[in-house]
Amino acid sequence: MNRQAQAVVLLLLGGAVLKASLTDMYLRYVKEGLQPFLIGSAILLIAVAVMTLVHDLRPARRTAGAAVDRSAEEDHDHGHDHGHGGKGHHEPRVGWLLILPVLGLLLVAPPALGSYAAGQAGTALGSQPLSDYPPLPEGDPVRIGVLDYASRAIFDKGVSLGDRRVQLTGFVATGANGEPILARMILSCCAADGRPIKLGLAGDPPTGLAPDTWVDVVGRYSDRIAKDPVNDEEIPYLEVESWRQVDPPKQPYE
Amino acid sequence: MFGDRIGSVEVLAGLLILLVVFRGPVADAISGPRLQTWTTVFVSVMVQAVPFLVFGVVLSAVIAVFVPRTFWAKALPKHPALAVPVASCAGVILPGCECGAVPIAGSLIRRGVTPAAALAFLLAAPAINPIVLTATAVAFPQNPEMVVGRGVASLIVAMLMGWLWLRLGRADWIRLPHRPDLDGLSKGRAFFSAVRHDVVHAGGFLVLGAMAAACINVLVPERWLQTLADNPILSVLALAVLAVLLSICSEADAFVAASLSQFSLTARLTFLVVGPMVDLKLISMQAGVFGRRFAFRFAPATFAVAVLVAVGVGAVVF
Repeated sequence: MNRQAQAVVLLLLGGAVLKASLTDMYLRYVKEGLQPFLIGSAILLIAVAVMTLVHDLRPARRTAGAAVDRSAEEDHDHGHDHGHGGKGHHEPRVGWLLILPVLGLLLVAPPALGSYAAGQAGTALGSQPLSDYPPLPEGDPVRIGVLDYASRAIFDKGVSLGDRRVQLTGFVATGANGEPILARMILSCCAADGRPIKLGLAGDPPTGLAPDTWVDVVGRYSDRIAKDPVNDEEIPYLEVESWRQVDPPKQPYE
Repeated sequence: MFGDRIGSVEVLAGLLILLVVFRGPVADAISGPRLQTWTTVFVSVMVQAVPFLVFGVVLSAVIAVFVPRTFWAKALPKHPALAVPVASCAGVILPGCECGAVPIAGSLIRRGVTPAAALAFLLAAPAINPIVLTATAVAFPQNPEMVVGRGVASLIVAMLMGWLWLRLGRADWIRLPHRPDLDGLSKGRAFFSAVRHDVVHAGGFLVLGAMAAACINVLVPERWLQTLADNPILSVLALAVLAVLLSICSEADAFVAASLSQFSLTARLTFLVVGPMVDLKLISMQAGVFGRRFAFRFAPATFAVAVLVAVGVGAVVF
């Protein structure tokens, strides 16, 4: 892999990351707070690529010494491509792999983690118990997060939920017995550590929806509890009054 | 490898054209839920790591180009055995995850820092920086001793590995990749040349590691872990191995450890101590930056020391 090819790969990588971080696309993969760092590093990558191309097209030949050094560098880079291929480490060849994340971002653009990942992992509620739960905000129905509802239902035994109507957004996944459940993934860093929060649906649950369909459900606290077969954690239920299909939210994770 | 008439740029251009033309079939081929999840995890590991990789590489290029060799001789104690703890504690000032630390450690060795100190820094930096310890405190609100245990155990492992390297390490195991000779170039040229080389090189190995981590993420169902959680010895080993396989960044692993609530606190501490020091993407990057002979000795040794120290510290604090 010569220097021009490296520059093109870096340009593509920087461009792909920049594109993803200037749209909402990066939110499918990482936390919102990473955005400025993504933009900064993407600009740096593009700058390095441009400077490499500029340096290559305008070789420094002001002094004889510099020109010799430059041609020596050229030889070394070529040496990687042809020379010690079999032994040691294949230095720049491994750089070809950097095309894969570029293709992943520009051509494939995979969706946020959904029902498949939710089925693979156990509900992650056990990780965040709070000591006390503040009263719900105003509103009827009051819009709260899936994680918030689940923690209040399990750790607060529904006390702070009372008889209030709550509105939750999540996607449909398949529960242990094939019935639809409501799930939302939570992230702490990137999708590699994404874990699901699962809710059972009692009352009038959404039917006939494909997994990964996003829904808005309105309902009340239910004291019914199931166990997640994956990790034996408790899955609370919601008594559903109504539901409607919605578009995937801009921020797919909680 | 492609002959002299067809250069890398032409190959690259041809490859990209083919992929754009066959975009539809390529997208269809990975539309199954399992492959799609694999792609999501792979892309997200890369996206998450890119800023840390780039800033780590830039810092290492600054070390290589702008910091004079004499600085390190003055900054670190002369005796290598004393330089190790100093370098370990210096890890506190680098709030990042492990992808950035590898090229920095490579750059330190190039600039004449004793490998033992640079390796201690490599192990300590991702594990004991303030961001990681704060994340641990947030993830374990009921167990503040987890933060202390993690900091202490990680520091001990980093120092032990540094000293172990002084006793047993051999200089010829480390084979830093050939980097274009920076002397004789202007500072600006040398800087961009170093950054370009290191991003392509370390980044390529990061891709390998991210692919491995995505495979584990998709292929190993959490259900398997459940059966191991009840046995005290197996649970420690299971989480230590899981930390290696999952390759989660050190700023997030505390939240994952907290969610593995069926495991003992000692097992989860082991997960937190091993993860930032040995994991698939780190092994891949270390093999790239320091050479395979190094990585295949250093990673297992670090793993063993980290597990033993974590269990020992766990016995004291919990």
